[in-house]
Amino acid sequence: MLTVVGVSKRFGGITALQEVSLEVRAGEIYGLIGPNGAGKTTLFNCMTGLYGVSSGEILLAGERVHNQKPHRIVQRGFARTFQNIRLFANMSALDNVRVGRHVRTRAGVLGAVLRDRRTRAEEADNRRRAQALLDFVGLGNKARTLAGHLAYGEQRRLEIARALATEPRLLALDEPVAGMNPAERQQMRELFLRLRSQGLTLLLIEHDVKLVMGLCDRVAVLDYGRKIAEGSPSEVRQNPAVIAAYLGGDAA
Amino acid sequence: MDIFIQQLINGLVLGSIYALVALGYTMVYGILELINFAHGEVTMIGAMVALAVIGAIAGSALDLPGLLVVLAGVLVAIPACMLLGFTIEKVAYRPLRRAPRLAPLITAIGVSIVLQNSAMLIWGRQYVSFPPLIPQNSHEILGAHITDLQIFIILLSTLIMAGLWLLVQQSTLGRAMRATAQSKEVAALMGVNVDRVISATFLIGSALAAIAGVMVSAYYGLAHYYMGFMLGLKAFSAAVLGGIGNIAGAMLGGLLLGVIEALGAGYIGDLTGGFLGSHYQDVFAFFVLILVLVFRPSGLLGERVASRA
Amino acid sequence: MLDLLRRPRTRSQARAALILLAVLLALLPFLTEAALGRSWVRVLDFALLYVILALGLNIVVGYAGLLDLGYVAFYALGAYLYAWLASPHFGLHLPFWAVLPLGAALAGVFGVLLGAPTLRLRGDYLAIVTLGFGEIIRIFMNNLNAPVNITNGPQGINLIDPVHVAGLSFGKTQQVLGLTLSSAHFYYYLFLAFTLATIFIAYRLQDSRIGRAWVAIREDEVAAAAMGIDTRNVKLLAFAMGALFGGLAGGLFAAFQGFISPESFNLWESILILCMIVLGGMGHIPGVILGALLLTVLPEALRYLGDWQRLVLGEVLVEPTDLRMLLFGAALVLMMIYRPEGLIPSRQRKREFHAEDGVLEQEQASLYDTRT
Repeated sequence: MLTVVGVSKRFGGITALQEVSLEVRAGEIYGLIGPNGAGKTTLFNCMTGLYGVSSGEILLAGERVHNQKPHRIVQRGFARTFQNIRLFANMSALDNVRVGRHVRTRAGVLGAVLRDRRTRAEEADNRRRAQALLDFVGLGNKARTLAGHLAYGEQRRLEIARALATEPRLLALDEPVAGMNPAERQQMRELFLRLRSQGLTLLLIEHDVKLVMGLCDRVAVLDYGRKIAEGSPSEVRQNPAVIAAYLGGDAA
Repeated sequence: MDIFIQQLINGLVLGSIYALVALGYTMVYGILELINFAHGEVTMIGAMVALAVIGAIAGSALDLPGLLVVLAGVLVAIPACMLLGFTIEKVAYRPLRRAPRLAPLITAIGVSIVLQNSAMLIWGRQYVSFPPLIPQNSHEILGAHITDLQIFIILLSTLIMAGLWLLVQQSTLGRAMRATAQSKEVAALMGVNVDRVISATFLIGSALAAIAGVMVSAYYGLAHYYMGFMLGLKAFSAAVLGGIGNIAGAMLGGLLLGVIEALGAGYIGDLTGGFLGSHYQDVFAFFVLILVLVFRPSGLLGERVASRA
Repeated sequence: MLDLLRRPRTRSQARAALILLAVLLALLPFLTEAALGRSWVRVLDFALLYVILALGLNIVVGYAGLLDLGYVAFYALGAYLYAWLASPHFGLHLPFWAVLPLGAALAGVFGVLLGAPTLRLRGDYLAIVTLGFGEIIRIFMNNLNAPVNITNGPQGINLIDPVHVAGLSFGKTQQVLGLTLSSAHFYYYLFLAFTLATIFIAYRLQDSRIGRAWVAIREDEVAAAAMGIDTRNVKLLAFAMGALFGGLAGGLFAAFQGFISPESFNLWESILILCMIVLGGMGHIPGVILGALLLTVLPEALRYLGDWQRLVLGEVLVEPTDLRMLLFGAALVLMMIYRPEGLIPSRQRKREFHAEDGVLEQEQASLYDTRT
């Protein structure tokens, strides 16, 4: 599904990513872990087009997506959420999700002004799908609430609904359970499993090792901008490099 | 007469004035990330106040030497502008320090309208002329003319810029300013009184503006309530050209813009086969501004700003 | 009044309100002429023109959050194109229905030309660049009279054709259906039609895929891009749409006035239109309309201040017209400090300006930062 080949990213003199390669297979939940500053979010931003890469390639289902504009990557079916929730705070929850449909709808200025039958059908469809997505993440009764007024956990879920609205094949989640209590974490976990059962491939950046280990099919570990391990959670857990770099210091 | 050398000299003189005004934009931008739209008008007020004082003394029974009269004008204009700059920051910008970015910019535009129209009400719509107090001795170098006044403008602005450079690099205040420009929060944690640093920045910038205002009115022999607008825009362009937020950049940008403008005005007729003439002089600053912003928004000396996304 | 239309309690009430409004708008020039004199009908015309301009700029500033200080350049382009194609200046006399769309299109094209290289700039830089663009256009209008006389320089272009509809010239007073209609009356109805169309379009755009994309960009440009919005093109579209209305209003202005010169298109005109939006409430259509009406009518009312001074003080101490800009400037500052959301803001904008610190910081970090 997603292939990263030898990607490096330098900011000025600092090398944030060095020759990172990994492969996310269709239908799996893939975890990307590593200590703070290991380059997880940088890699994420490279994948989703917010940063260009300094060298290397990123392929989505065989097609080049590195150094592409973000909207092109979304169009190809790769959606994301943000670590520090970036909703359109002053739009309603429903409108947030409707914005997510932008890339799958077509109405332009003429359609907006004339509101012809096609546009009306599209808008109705858009509204229906957006409401369905809100129902799916459990925010069905908050459609009219402003995104900025939602509770923290609800905002996380709204971000996922918004990303789902772009009809992705691959959904990348940047620390989706950060700051949540155990009950909320469990809810999210169930949500991820439901998403996978619907055929979606998930890429998960997490700090919470327990969640990743219990949920992911395969895991890659980044440290100082390099991939130091990749494999099933149990393999990775026993990798000495990982224990030294991360588990040994942090979560033991 | 050598047109090239002559326009180069004219450009350097204008450029040093632009640089003085550009410093005010760049210092404020460096610290507050605000385009102090009203700065050009502060320059205008400086010129107007100085001319009012000069006119009053020259018209009175006192028979003082011309240069002393001009000096008196400058010495009144500087504190007047400093007070003005200080007040503007305190009244109009400080309440909006945490507001969305468009808000202070719109306020700055409002302040500049208020200043311009107040000046019009006080001093009228007509041009105010600079009394002939400064001797117009002219020297010849390399086939071009340079007057005492031109030499004086270049020397004085060089001196002021050197002084400012020292202040920013060496003094405690300068250190505090640089720290505040890096991060207001961290500077505050380190014990810097951020409000005072910001006020000081406005005070210094306004003092420079006052001097520049007197220079420009002495150079052209007149002042006008509308003069601050164009001057301000050009100085802002100069600051962007050099790299906004960068003090050395403002100096370089000012000089460069002055030279570009003077040479451009001198040669545009030849370049376009007479289609466009020297009255397009004012267009150059904008073209420079647009080109710089499009191709190198960080300016000549600015660092490439990394994305914070 | 528009709010009344949008929140009707019952259908029949809504219909009654609509009919009342229509009758009022139809009779307004006659009522105005009777109460205040014919010169006030011209003021009405200008008010409508400014409503079109303000709604156009509102697309750029209010919806998409792009501060455009050179908006008047598009107004100027529309006006000059009209003057070139329908006046003795080049000896062309094309009909207004052909010239108006051309002017709007020309302005739209210039909007794209200006926007394409500059829209990736941060908000405040964009403001200065657009301001520079406005000044460049004005300087060219002022000087393009030699060696080839294109704009006739500072003197401007005179004797521009009035609008003709069905053999009726809007330029002179005539009898229609037993009523005596002056030029100002004719243009009132013409402008009213265009204004209503503009309001309609503004509402339709607001509640559409494109309108939501504009607001998304204003709220968080990075997130908008990550949601698949081509931010550059969508911003360009806002710029072009705004410019289009500017060009249209320019053409109407030229026909109405019969004379144009660069003086009508200076920076303060841009700022005046911006004031209208800020005063009424950025991004909120009824607010913007109110702002435009207030700021056209108030300065006219200020003229009476001169008479009042003469009456009370025996002389005119301060020319009221000189006070006009001063008051606008002060209003801008005061509005931003005390009521940044405008007189009748959209609920959304109000929250935006009074947002809690956390949300705000996040917005500030994201909203105007461009990617490198």
